[in-house]
Amino acid sequence: MAVTRQDRPSGWYLAPAITFFGAFAVLPMVLVVYLSFTSWNGFGFPALSGAENWTRLIEDGRAWDSLWLTLLFMVLTWLVQTPIAMLIGVWAAGRQRNRAVLSSFFFLPLLLSTAAIALLWAAVLDPNFGATQALPFLGGVNFLGDTELVVYTVVWVISWQYIPFHTLLYQAAARQVPQSLYEAATLDGAGRYRQFFTITLPLLKYTVITSTVLMLVGSVTTFDTILILTGGGPGTATRILPLHMYITGFSGFEFGYASAIAVLLLLLGAGLSLAVTSATGFRKMQSQQEGM
Amino acid sequence: MSDRAPLGMDDGRTGGVGVRTAEAPPSPIAPVPEVPERQRRRVWNRRRGHGRPNVLAGVLATVWLALVAVPLYFLVAASFRTRSEYLSDNPLAPPPNPTLENYATVLTGDFPTYLLNTVVVTVATVAIVVGLTLPAGYAVARNAGRVVQRGFSLMLVGLAIPAQAAIIPVYLMITQLHLYDTLLAVILPTAAFAMPVALLVMTNSLRDIPRELYEAQTLDGAGPFQALRHLVLPLAKPAITTVAVFTSLTAWNGFLFPLVLTQSVETRVLTLGLWDYQGQFGTDVPALLAAVTLSVVPIFVLYLVGRRYLLSGLTAGAGK
Repeated sequence: MAVTRQDRPSGWYLAPAITFFGAFAVLPMVLVVYLSFTSWNGFGFPALSGAENWTRLIEDGRAWDSLWLTLLFMVLTWLVQTPIAMLIGVWAAGRQRNRAVLSSFFFLPLLLSTAAIALLWAAVLDPNFGATQALPFLGGVNFLGDTELVVYTVVWVISWQYIPFHTLLYQAAARQVPQSLYEAATLDGAGRYRQFFTITLPLLKYTVITSTVLMLVGSVTTFDTILILTGGGPGTATRILPLHMYITGFSGFEFGYASAIAVLLLLLGAGLSLAVTSATGFRKMQSQQEGM
Repeated sequence: MSDRAPLGMDDGRTGGVGVRTAEAPPSPIAPVPEVPERQRRRVWNRRRGHGRPNVLAGVLATVWLALVAVPLYFLVAASFRTRSEYLSDNPLAPPPNPTLENYATVLTGDFPTYLLNTVVVTVATVAIVVGLTLPAGYAVARNAGRVVQRGFSLMLVGLAIPAQAAIIPVYLMITQLHLYDTLLAVILPTAAFAMPVALLVMTNSLRDIPRELYEAQTLDGAGPFQALRHLVLPLAKPAITTVAVFTSLTAWNGFLFPLVLTQSVETRVLTLGLWDYQGQFGTDVPALLAAVTLSVVPIFVLYLVGRRYLLSGLTAGAGK
């Protein structure tokens, strides 16, 4: 017997989810574009002000600095996280005897909230009483107070938080590589490093893509770590775009101008993920996830 | 096989391939019978899981272990120090006179309120997300109509939207709805932004239910709602668990929405409370670190009890 239309769920089953998502996620996206053309101090109603915020944004050196800093963060966090997560993930997918015990420690940072991690590292790196003071070479280094060093410190804390997550992705993918490929390669005399570059790495391609999209979008939106750890400082040394938007809006009460920055953020985040996924095929990325 | 189990990332469908197909295919260059003894041993060793140690990865893994363990040890050790010990002792030495004073300070303060608020926000967010995405995923998996599939695509676009970009209009909407400084103000946008990933996980899982099962239900005279209740609900349990864990973690760790949408102590959630301690306790860092430690305990318990579910929920975020 054929299943008739009435036996299938109608569109009404999707309607509540769509309505909810539309109200609290899509509508704000439309509103933020509108707000970027208004002047609003957070009280009363926004008043239209034309393209004023946008001309201001183009001339705002601090906003451009923030954008540049955001891109720098993006590149640095990718460079730190990808090799470490990939190597540990591939290693943890193997069958070493001590692996299970070690792995359970590797993933511990995943259990901490971003706020907890930022507060933990603020204490660890404290120039007077932090754990780094008891270590050779690191004593006396002011990780969060030095305008040059602070960028790398923040990149490190963010990496510490997210490397375990990306390790999980790589571990799951590395386990799906058929063992027979390695055996054949061994018979052909390929060493471990050659096997890594000719078998493991090509087969991890889609995981690299997934992981990269997540890292790039993640670093565009890194907010709480930096707010807690440095507040964007010292000075404006770590004031990345989301933080610049937050400070402009919720400390400076210039919500119209902050909305223009938010639109820039939206374009950056959505543009990045769409660019990477359409260049590589979203369907493939989806089917890759199903194996996890 | 058993040494793979603790991480629980795969359910045996995929990862076992290598073990089952241990037979190496004949190589055109070096036919199997002519393999020198040394190489054959290496293959045999690999099958038994004792290949040559991978030195580079091993060293890196050990270094990473230290980088994870030392800060966490510092955290727990410092939370058992008195304030003066914290200021004078070697920060990496074990606390000479472990004290529970810091935990008492935290627990007699507002910490229980923060914890309760976080629990309320988490439970409500999970209820909304699971309650709405289960029927939605059912519709997407079983209804190929244009309207439904367009709606699904719209939700998937949501995967690329950063919540930060929405925060100002969300603030405007919440104040206009007179919900500012309520827990509902945090729950609504948190649930909305968790929904695309949840729907993706739910749909992928419901698509795996064989058509024949739906058809059997129809033959028995069941409508779509009965099918949802008696067929989809029981079979979707793993997906519901994954979605629930993922959504819980999102809500539990949420910072931006509570920061912007709440204000008073009565509505403060745990993450904001921790940040507030930083200012409130000032130099009383051991108390702050005791609060941080306490905030990890519920997730740590979840990790011990259902590590498998926790990790599947965590990587559900890979749909983002």
